[in-house]
Amino acid sequence: MDLQIALLLGQDGIVNGAIYALLALALVLVFAVTRVIFIPQGEFVAYGALTLAAFQAGKTPGTLWLLLGAGALVAVIDTVMAVRSGSLGRLKRIALWDLVLPALVAGLVLWLEPGNLPLVAQVALSLAIVVPLGPMVYRLAYQPLAEASVLVLLIVSVAVHLALVGLGLLFFGAEGSRTTPFSEAQFNLGTLTVNGQTLWVLGASAVLIVALYQFFGRTLYGKALRATAINRVGARLMGISTTMAGKLSFTLAAGIGALSGILIAPITTVYYDTGFLVGLKGFVAAIIAGLVSYPLAAAGAILVGLLESFSSFWASAFKEVIVFTLIIPVLVWRSFTSHHVEEEE
Amino acid sequence: MFSLEEESMRMKSLVAALLSAGAVTIAHADITVGVLVSATGPAASLGIPEKNTFALMPATIAGEKVKYIVLDDASDTTTAVKNTRKLLSEDKVDVIIGSTITPNSLAMVDVVAEAETPMISMAASARIVEPVDAKRRWVFKTPQNDVQMSTAITEHMGNNGVKTVAFIGFSDAYGEGWWQEFSKIAEIRKMKMVANERFNRADTSVTGQILKIMSTNPDAILIAGSGTPAALPQKTLKEKGYKGKIYQTHGVANNDFLRVCGKDCEGTFLPAGPVLVAAQLPDSNPVKKSALEYIGKYEKAHGPGSVSTFGAHAWDAGLLLANAVPAALKKGKPGSKEFRAGLRDALEATKNLYAAHGVFNMTPTDHLGLDQRARVMVKIVGGKWVVQK
Repeated sequence: MDLQIALLLGQDGIVNGAIYALLALALVLVFAVTRVIFIPQGEFVAYGALTLAAFQAGKTPGTLWLLLGAGALVAVIDTVMAVRSGSLGRLKRIALWDLVLPALVAGLVLWLEPGNLPLVAQVALSLAIVVPLGPMVYRLAYQPLAEASVLVLLIVSVAVHLALVGLGLLFFGAEGSRTTPFSEAQFNLGTLTVNGQTLWVLGASAVLIVALYQFFGRTLYGKALRATAINRVGARLMGISTTMAGKLSFTLAAGIGALSGILIAPITTVYYDTGFLVGLKGFVAAIIAGLVSYPLAAAGAILVGLLESFSSFWASAFKEVIVFTLIIPVLVWRSFTSHHVEEEE
Repeated sequence: MFSLEEESMRMKSLVAALLSAGAVTIAHADITVGVLVSATGPAASLGIPEKNTFALMPATIAGEKVKYIVLDDASDTTTAVKNTRKLLSEDKVDVIIGSTITPNSLAMVDVVAEAETPMISMAASARIVEPVDAKRRWVFKTPQNDVQMSTAITEHMGNNGVKTVAFIGFSDAYGEGWWQEFSKIAEIRKMKMVANERFNRADTSVTGQILKIMSTNPDAILIAGSGTPAALPQKTLKEKGYKGKIYQTHGVANNDFLRVCGKDCEGTFLPAGPVLVAAQLPDSNPVKKSALEYIGKYEKAHGPGSVSTFGAHAWDAGLLLANAVPAALKKGKPGSKEFRAGLRDALEATKNLYAAHGVFNMTPTDHLGLDQRARVMVKIVGGKWVVQK
């Protein structure tokens, strides 16, 4: 291996690592706020990328019907709950978020025929379809069980993951897709060729990480999420709705996932089940951070990316083995350094 | 006395009539075909066109109604075996067609042999039907063996002055099978294998493997993957500036591959079943007519350009069956042990059957029966498959 190969591998590892970092951040965020290990995180990656690809192929993505269906289902459940508890004032908000908004998105998609729109508009529409699925998934699958144990929530996560992968196959078919790159530009850095899409991935990841940092540090909602993460009961006593916190964290997670998918779709082929493996590597990074620390999760993700890239050069047949084995020493080290806390009842 | 005898005669004829009516109903028992495809899971892109093809199969063969029971095995071996047992014990099928992939088909061999029911696999590996032993007596298959395709590639490489070859394949049975067959034949042809790399179907990057391969500077590279995942190594090779020849396997012969790979696939060579380029074959080619018939039927139902070579393997299994049924009906009624045994014998006696993928000539030692008429070399030119002379 000479210096150039090492540089190329390093570049590849960092680009992949940047995506894993975003997913790791989303996983840490969701776990901290809701105690859900969000296995379906990867499905939002695939949905984001494939929805955009469907637009570019001139098709109406199946995720649009999922959005309308899930919205209607949430509306029915919430309406029943609101009528039972007599708080009819909530009905207007339910109708707005779960029926009017999805219908508006659907109307836009069917009217505009996004295949001919500029890329920015296609990306915006894809996000408008996929991101609202986040809070809807929370409402349907997790909110009724918000007080359940981590194990129950994990089992629900597995079920949601399997359901979403199945729907993905139904919507997008078994074969993969690619989208057109954000930019075709190429730059020469010494002996290294960097293409525009790589810079987009790195730039967007950096911007998102800084934005999340600002969000948690500066805004009221960010602080409410942090409070919920630290102490659910205490946060509730201070008037923070844990349901709101849950929905908000799932919205962020879905947004981060969908955006990651849209970023990698021009670099690699995305399949209906791509998300799982990508999400799993983000999960390894999140575990390195003990599911609590954002900077450690980002660093862990870069480590996973580099490890993956270099092991694919040295021993491609054992690449996954090497990456996933990394979790064992990390867990051993974690179990020695952190004191075990019994889960509160 | 006389009238009593007459009465008993009438009774007898009535009973006889009733019996023969019963016999007629038994004679019209449907032929039940159990079909197992991988319509979901990793092999879905192969299983779905196969599943679609069964909807186009004839509803009657030799005057007998045919009932197709199509089950999905989710590309999973356990499910395949479970569904095979279900088809055999509950639905009492006369023949099993399936599964789509090699691991499932191998696992099903024991089950069908135990039930003494013939099986026609749609998976590639030669091990499904070789050697023909006590169990594999019951098993036949339609796709070309990997080794047949490997000889086609090495022949083409040899004719084009290739001396060193690098290999990159799926890190599963598909890649491993190709590595074993291909490297063996390449060595015989005096070509040097300079790299052996693996990648996963779901990988988002193969930069490491490609850099390793390019550092060995090979004359040609064989990518052993199936469907759209095989496009990633090729795209990376182009991106890193590889100038040599690139070969793919027949696993990529569908239009989705061309859609995803785009201009990066220009000039790629691959071996394929003649059905892929049927319209370009000379009229003298014995396979052309039967291949075009299948393409016409499939595209009528699913739109122009929708046909794939995988569906044609299912079609060929249907042709083998239709060809064998008349002889088997002489041995017994559908649903009986004799019929199933007769079907097996008739399948083994298949002679000069012109199918979509070639000409079948089965023997007691060859349960595939395809010869070199079952493969052509194809080049991708202008986003189209173009047959090579």
